[in-house]
Order: sequence, then C-alpha cells, then structure tokens
Amino acid sequence: MGFQLLKLQYTGEHLLPGQLGHFFIVLSLVASLAASFAYFKAANESDDIQQHLWKKLARLFFIAETVSIISIFAILFYIIHNHLFEYHYAWKHSNRALEFKYLLACFWEGQEGSFLLWSFWHCILGLIIIRWGKVWEAPVMSVISFAQFCLATMVTGIYFLGWRMGTNPFILLRESGVLDNAPALHIDFDINQPLKADYLSSVKDGNGLNKLLQNYWMVIHPPVLFLGFASTVVPFAFAVAGLWKNKLAEWAKPALPWTLFSAAALGIGIMMGAAWAYESLSFGGYWAWDPVENASLVPWLILVSGIHTLLIYKSTGRSLRASFLFSLLSFFFILYSTFLTRTGILGDTSVHAFTGEGDSFYIHILLFLAILTLPAFVLFVIRYRSIPSIKKEEELSSREFWMFIGSLVFFLSGLVIIGITSLPVFNKVFGTKIAPPEKIEFLYNSIHVYVAIIVAVLSGFSQYLKYKGTATSFFWKKIGLPTLIAAIAAALILYFGKINYTKETAGFMASIWIAVACSIYAIITNASYIFSGLKGKLKFAGGSVAHVGFGLVLLGILISSGKKEVISTNTSGIFVPLGEGENPGENLTLVQGMKMDMGKYHITYEKDSLHTQSERTFFNIRFQEKETGKQFLLQPNSFINANGQEGLMSNPDARHYLQHDVFVYITSISDPDKLKDTAQFKTTHLKIGDTLFYSAGFMVLQAINKKDSLPEDLFGTNGTLHEAPLKIFAKTGSTYSVTPRLAVAKGEAVTVADTIRAENLIVQLQKVNTDQSINLGVKESNAIMKYVTIKAYKFPFILLLWGGVLITAIGISISMVQRIRQKG
Amino acid sequence: MKKIHIVLLVIIAAAIAVLITFMKTTSTYDSIDMAVAKPGKFVHLMAKLDKAAPIEYDAVKNPNYLVFTAKDSTGSVKVVYHNVMPPNFEMSDKLVLKGKYENGLFECKDIQTKCPSKYKDAEEKGLTHPGTAKTNK
Repeated sequence: MGFQLLKLQYTGEHLLPGQLGHFFIVLSLVASLAASFAYFKAANESDDIQQHLWKKLARLFFIAETVSIISIFAILFYIIHNHLFEYHYAWKHSNRALEFKYLLACFWEGQEGSFLLWSFWHCILGLIIIRWGKVWEAPVMSVISFAQFCLATMVTGIYFLGWRMGTNPFILLRESGVLDNAPALHIDFDINQPLKADYLSSVKDGNGLNKLLQNYWMVIHPPVLFLGFASTVVPFAFAVAGLWKNKLAEWAKPALPWTLFSAAALGIGIMMGAAWAYESLSFGGYWAWDPVENASLVPWLILVSGIHTLLIYKSTGRSLRASFLFSLLSFFFILYSTFLTRTGILGDTSVHAFTGEGDSFYIHILLFLAILTLPAFVLFVIRYRSIPSIKKEEELSSREFWMFIGSLVFFLSGLVIIGITSLPVFNKVFGTKIAPPEKIEFLYNSIHVYVAIIVAVLSGFSQYLKYKGTATSFFWKKIGLPTLIAAIAAALILYFGKINYTKETAGFMASIWIAVACSIYAIITNASYIFSGLKGKLKFAGGSVAHVGFGLVLLGILISSGKKEVISTNTSGIFVPLGEGENPGENLTLVQGMKMDMGKYHITYEKDSLHTQSERTFFNIRFQEKETGKQFLLQPNSFINANGQEGLMSNPDARHYLQHDVFVYITSISDPDKLKDTAQFKTTHLKIGDTLFYSAGFMVLQAINKKDSLPEDLFGTNGTLHEAPLKIFAKTGSTYSVTPRLAVAKGEAVTVADTIRAENLIVQLQKVNTDQSINLGVKESNAIMKYVTIKAYKFPFILLLWGGVLITAIGISISMVQRIRQKG
Repeated sequence: MKKIHIVLLVIIAAAIAVLITFMKTTSTYDSIDMAVAKPGKFVHLMAKLDKAAPIEYDAVKNPNYLVFTAKDSTGSVKVVYHNVMPPNFEMSDKLVLKGKYENGLFECKDIQTKCPSKYKDAEEKGLTHPGTAKTNK
C-alpha cells in the first residue's frame, strides 16, 4: 500500500507555515511575471485609457508581489524564531542557543534568504517609483518587475523539465536529503525504510549560525549591501526605458538621483563589510582585494563614473552615450559578481569558501544575467547612432573634459579589477590552469596608487573649472591659494609622517608619497571650493563634500596601509634563537603569566575565560607601554573546536587611539590535549647547598626547615611539616625561589609541590632523610605551559578612512536631495 | 584626432599593459615533480600532507617555523613555512601550497587547507561568505 506510506503522518511537524510559504513563493513568481507583462503592455500602449488600465493592473500585481515577498520574509522568520527544525532552513542556519538579534543574521546567511532580501529591496524601490515615477513608471517598472521575476525563480525549487529551478527555503528537513543516511531516524534502523513517525523528537537542535557570523555587523551589513545591489537596477531600468521608448535624452535627469542613491548605498554597504573584516575577522585588515570585495567594488566604480557622465550631460549635453553604457554596465556587473561569488567558480582564489550549487545553478544564474542584460545591450547598439552627442571638441579648460577623464579612469580601473578577478572564469572557459601571481595584492595596489593619484588631482582642480571653458586667470586666482596650502600640508605630513613603505620597491614608495600629496590636495581644494566657489552654500556643495570625503578615504587607505606595522614580530623565539638567515616571523608566542617584550610594549597573556553565554573563549592580553608604564587590556577571542569542529576561529580586539589602532588576534593556542600531563618526576638525592641541573638552568637547595607546633585540628598529634627552599637560576638570567613542602598529617604524608610556570618546572619534596638530605622530585613538563600565539598590528590613522567614508556618503546624499529638488 | 581620443588611447594602452603584466606574473598549479623541476619559480603546489612523516612545530620555541612533508602521486617534498601552523592543518586532506622550490626545500609562503568534507568544514570555520551558504546536501 504505497499510498499509505506516502500519507504517513509525522508527529510534531508544523506544516502550515511551509504550505503558506510555498503558496507565496508561487504567487510572487506569477505576480512578478504578470506585473512585468502588464507594465510592458502599459508602456507600449498609446491609447491613454488602455494604458491606464494596464498600469492599474500592473500595480495590482506588483503590490501582490510585494505582499508575497513580505509574507515569505515573515513566515521564514517565524520558522526560524520558533525553532521549527522540521524546516531545513531553520535547522541549517539556526539553533536554540542563538540570541534574538542573530535570528535575522541566520535569515540571510543562506543563499535563499539573501535573494529574498534583494527581492525585498526591489519591492520597496518599486513602490517608490510607482508613487513618484510618473511617465517613467511603466517602462522602468516593467524592467524591475522582470528582474523580480528572475530573482523569484532563484527560490522556487520547482522541477522544470528535470531541472530544479532555484532552491526553496521552505523545504522540509526530511525532504532535503540530510536525514537519508541517518539510520537512527528510520524505521528498523534501515535507511531504505521511511522515517519514523516521531523522527522529529530526535532532531533537538539546529546546526546554528556560523560562528564568525555571530556579530552585529552580520545583522546590518547584508541589508545595506543588498540595498546597494538592488538599487543598481533603477539606473539600469531608466537607461533601458530611455532606449526602448526612444527617450534617449530624457531618462538622464530622473536617473541621476537614483544613481547617486545607488552609489551611496553600495559604497556604505561595501565599507561596512570592510569595517566588519577589520574589526571582527582575522584577515588582518579591512581590504584584501578578495574576489568577493572586488566583485562589489567594480559596480560601484562604474556607478561613480555614471554619476559624473550624467552630470556632464546635464550641463553640457555631452557624454550621453557613456552615461548609457555606465548605467547598463553597473547592473551587469552586479549580476556578474553574483555569478562569480555564488557559483563556486572562484574556488581556490578567495579566502571565502564558496559553495558549488552544481551545474543547474550555474546555468540558471548565467541565464538570469543574459536574459536581463543582453536585450539592453542590443538596444544600446541599435540606438547608438541616434543617441544625441556633440561633435565639437571639449575645451581643455572645461570642467567636462577632465570629469570625463576621471570617469574613464574609474571605469578602466573597474575593468582591470574584474579582469584579474575573473581569472578562474578564464581558466574554466579556456581549460587553462593559470594560478594567480605571487603578489596579487601588490599588483592591485601598485595599479591603484596611480588611479588614486589621477583621480585625486582631477577631483581637486576640476571643480574650479567651469563647464564649457574657463578663463585662465580666473582659474589660477581661485585655485592658487588652496594649492599652496595643500603643498605645504603635504610636505609637512610627508616629512614628519615618516611613511616608509619598504616592503616593496622604492618606486612604489615614491608613488605612495605622491598619492598622499595628491589626496591632501583633493581634500584642501575641495574644502576651500565650498567657500570660495559656492559661498559656503552647503546645499549645492554635495559634490565638493563627497570629494573631500573621498580624498580622506584615499589618504586613510594610503597611510593606514603604507604605515601598517606588524608589531608582534618574533625576533628571538622564546628559548631558541632563530638560525641564521631566518626571517623573524609575524607571530609571537605568549606563555601564560610570562611577560614578553614586543616593540614598545611588554605584553602578558594573563588568563582566558570561557564565556558563560557563548562558546567563545576570551584571552586577556595585557599591554604595558615600556616608556610610560600605561597599561591596557585587550581581549581577542576564539571559538575553539566549536560545534564539534576542530580548529580555531578568532576574532580580534583592538585598542583605538586617535592616531592609530593596536590590533591583536589569536593565531594558535596550546593544544588542550597536550595539557594532559605525561611527564614523570625524577627523584634526586640532595644535601643543603647541592646543585641540581635541569634542561634550562640549575637549582640550589638552600635549607631544610622543620616546622613544629602545628595546628592539631589539621595535622593531628605528632604532625610534621618540612620545607625545602630552593633557588633556581634559569639560563634566561631569571632567578626564582620556590618552596616545596612535605607534611605528615594525621599519619599520612602529604606533599605540596611548587611550580615555576615560566620554566615548565614542578618541584616536589618527596622525603626528608635523617642525614639532613632530601629526595627531590623534579618534573619538566610542557603540560603546565599554556600559551597562545598572537599576531598584532598597528594601523595608523584608520579613522581617516571611516570618517572619509561617512563624509563621502553625506556629500552624495546632499547631491541627491539637490537633484531630486531640481526636478520640481 | 580629438584630445579625448588620445586620452582614451593612453588609458586603454595602460589598461592593456596592466593586464599583460598580470598575465606574465601569473603562476601555475603544479604537482610536486613539476614544482621541483622549476626551482626558484613561484607555483601553487597541489599536494597532500604526508601524515606518516613527522611534523615539526613547536609554538613555544618558535611559532613561525613549521616543517612537514607534502606528497602526491609524483613524489614528496619537505616544506618549510614561516608562519603559524594553520588551525586544521593536521587533519587536512588536500593542501594548496604557494611558494617555490629551492635547495631541496619547498619554501612556502601561504597554505590553504582543504578538509575531508571540504565544504562543510570551511563553512563551519566561518570562511563562507554570508549569503553564499549552500542549503541542500
């Protein structure tokens, strides 16, 4: 009776949320497709009444889509929040111990959750366009609704011609395959039999959230980043609408504030990721030119190019073609980066591990990419000749000429980054096996130091130029003073700042110096332009403010990276000096309780504490400045063998100063297994004054004391206590005094050993002989030595970077508000 | 020719130069015999940890000195790594060793470890980028 088997009831399952979830997933798929169709009809309809009807219908569908996405969100959150582990998503990404604030983080830890987040932002942005989009609503929303449909296919999990389309977040644990090989959950312990009806009672807890993701950044970084991702569809959709409806000029104006918005959101999202990496992950910095980072940086660079060409177009009628290209490409690269980071194609090249979802996912995401962007590029090529342009050449003294060059530099820098990042794609396509170069970061850095120089200089002076042409005398009069101030400031900073980046060539260091000077120039000229050019009217100063911020970002990057120091340099090892020609390593071992010399600090690993709330262990590392004696405590932490997984996951801790951060994290710890003591005591016969050698020094017996008149309640009658004070002379030059004791209490001998941690030494008074000699037990053991290995950095002026990001975002926002106001 | 065209050419030439430089500096994925055959050249050595051979590492003496033997079907080589032993090193299944072979030793700059259940461990170690975690199986 197969039918009955299928109908087998499982106890304890809550199937309703999942059924509702499935319903909304299907609804969202259908509604988004219907909305894009209805909007398409509305956009192509010339009859006003028909158009209005189609638009009304489309809005209805889009609102149904929005309701679906929000419902999916709510249901999935309900499942996670109530620990309904019969659902694979909850089981996989959460557990009962998780704090409330991280429940959201588990939501977007998974592939499906992050696609839903992306969809959610599309909905919000779509509603804004429905409300204020006017004539643009129909064509723009038809593109966005179609993008929504593509995203919706990512979470359907429906089989279509034998091909599973996306993965469904509401799949049950028992349907996901993870229980298939668990005999204990099956009838008769046979995995070929169906699951036991009460299988769920054995699934007591979920897998939990990835340990390193249990961080407040994980709660806020993805939503902001995905807002940035999602918002790039809007400039794209405007460009497509312009091409499609043959409004080749009109789209630029409404697209500009959206492009600004997108650049601000994506930029903040990226830098939040950088701040997270800096603050909580042990990558040793905020930026590693990792493919994941590059993949989201490239669309941002192109967005910024797009902002500038749109501005040029607005003021001069030039650069419209470039504006089209950049608007289309920034969205294209968002999709391409999704392809890179989610299909597992990056493999070995990233510090992040990637999942291979298999070929179907691969094809799916490529289809998604092609179907959305290919028609747009085809339209662009067809319409290219009819896009308005100005034949006459730009003046050298015009603002637009230099702005355009800046945009080009940004654009090409983006192409170079994505080109290098795509090496694994190249390998896959051409079947080659090319590996990244030895110094990949240096390659990126050495290119971008020039990009920084060019962009900083251009952003510095081009504001002082007027569109279409500038009188030379006017330009020099205005820019002379700020240039002079910048030159002096740069000279002072370079002279006193001692930015000596000797890790690479002298030429590279010189480039860094030039770039530092140029970013100072950008900061000062743009800041003074707010007063001299705009008379302090902040309303119009968005561009200048953003440029000041960007200059600060550049300066912060150059100084913090150029002067970043590893301060945990291990020059000596602890006991054994390095052999000749060996480089000092970057990790330093700290034995518990032992003061170590590290640069301008003495540092001590004091203790560790198993945190009561979570599975992480905090290590107290005390820093003491040698000169001033000032102390502070850093508490880097690690998850040790958490969740039954071997290994160490470390989160750094940092001490923030105005000028620099001291940053430390744990790179290894003593093996807890080896802390089990296996060494034996060796017994030696000693008289007063005798010397005994051990592996790292010697000890001298000082005296043998006998104590009488002992408290009777502890020692009983005739209790004795012997003490054998010893002086220990270590090879390191240290001397120690120890006193092992032997008591006879209530007829029993009790030995009280003494320990010198730093020397790995335990001494035990075993017997006091009648001839004034003793039997001394000595044990040398690694077991008593608890240590951690740390890596510590000094990051100077990191605040410039974070401050710069903030100011840039503020500047872009000012511009955006200004551009929206101009509309009315 | 317009000024902007000249600029365009210069910038594109620079970009191409960069990409060519990049292609020239790229390295290769090699087996042990191939890495040994080109001493002094930076390679990505794909090998396994020889668990039968001793692993020399004492964090107390020197945390930046790890010596072990890597092997594959083409042979084995002694590897020196001047850094801390990676957390899951001893139980690793596959290693990607970035460095060069010189004077009978493979001087390793960077180690990537792959664990037996490759994906799972990486994920549990928090190396998965959020949003990319795989869901089914």
